[in-house]
Amino acid sequence: MSELATITRHAERGMITLRADLSDGTVGEAVRAATGHAIPAAGKIAGDGTKGVLWMSPDELLIMVPYDTVDAALEQIVTALSGVHHLAVNVSDARAVFTVAGDDAREVLARLCPVDLHAQSFGVGDFRRTRLAQVPAAFWQHETGFDVVCFRSVGDYAEGVLRRSAQGTPTGALG
Amino acid sequence: MLTLSCPYCGVQCDETELAAGGEAHLKRYGPESSPEEFESYLFVRENPKGVHLERWRHAHGCGKWFHAARCTMTLEVFGTYPAQTLAPPQELVEKILAKRPGWTWREFGQSDMEGAQA
Repeated sequence: MSELATITRHAERGMITLRADLSDGTVGEAVRAATGHAIPAAGKIAGDGTKGVLWMSPDELLIMVPYDTVDAALEQIVTALSGVHHLAVNVSDARAVFTVAGDDAREVLARLCPVDLHAQSFGVGDFRRTRLAQVPAAFWQHETGFDVVCFRSVGDYAEGVLRRSAQGTPTGALG
Repeated sequence: MLTLSCPYCGVQCDETELAAGGEAHLKRYGPESSPEEFESYLFVRENPKGVHLERWRHAHGCGKWFHAARCTMTLEVFGTYPAQTLAPPQELVEKILAKRPGWTWREFGQSDMEGAQA
């Protein structure tokens, strides 16, 4: 039995949830000022897991910044959006973060999520909220594999199913 | 296996990512309504053997409610559309009628078309 991918659990990631009218130019500027990235298109991530913006829903973004700079970034966003209807909260401790790295990382996730993970359908920069086995989760693809986030309360469960799913032989069906 | 396309995020959602919300386009009768109207709001449902308009929530995704036109017999999906509407888009109604002549669902369908032609 071989390992399809290596699963790493990250200790901490700075995360801010931002709900607002994403078509409002002020919101775009505030996000750019805090992260250096524009608001991504639906189903995409701008930047990376250290400093990036994830499209969560038509009115919600998840902003990732280094853990020790969350308060400063949050302050910056709230100040920039004063007078604009919005909600910005530090949710850094709400989620567990994993990296699934390796040549067959997409097979590990394809076993757990009802997502078309073929190389032609899901590529670097794509982001998807979905179901990971029995819990809600989200993941995006980067150069070395996938980063997976889920709620911390089910973090141990997610780690378990990811590690179990990483065992076995690759099917090679995902390109 | 049922897959629906979420009109908000464009994702092809698997049935297990969705939460079913029952029948679409219910009119809510609240205070001051007659007992018959309130009963219709609570209990009277279409339950067709054929094309049905339903509410779904993209629960394991963007979290938004949307509507879907789906055949309860063949599971054929005719389309999905955002929930901020009181009626299915005319385009979708025409698509259903092209395949299911004479289809009606509450006040939508056949009567709509006749009204439009008159």
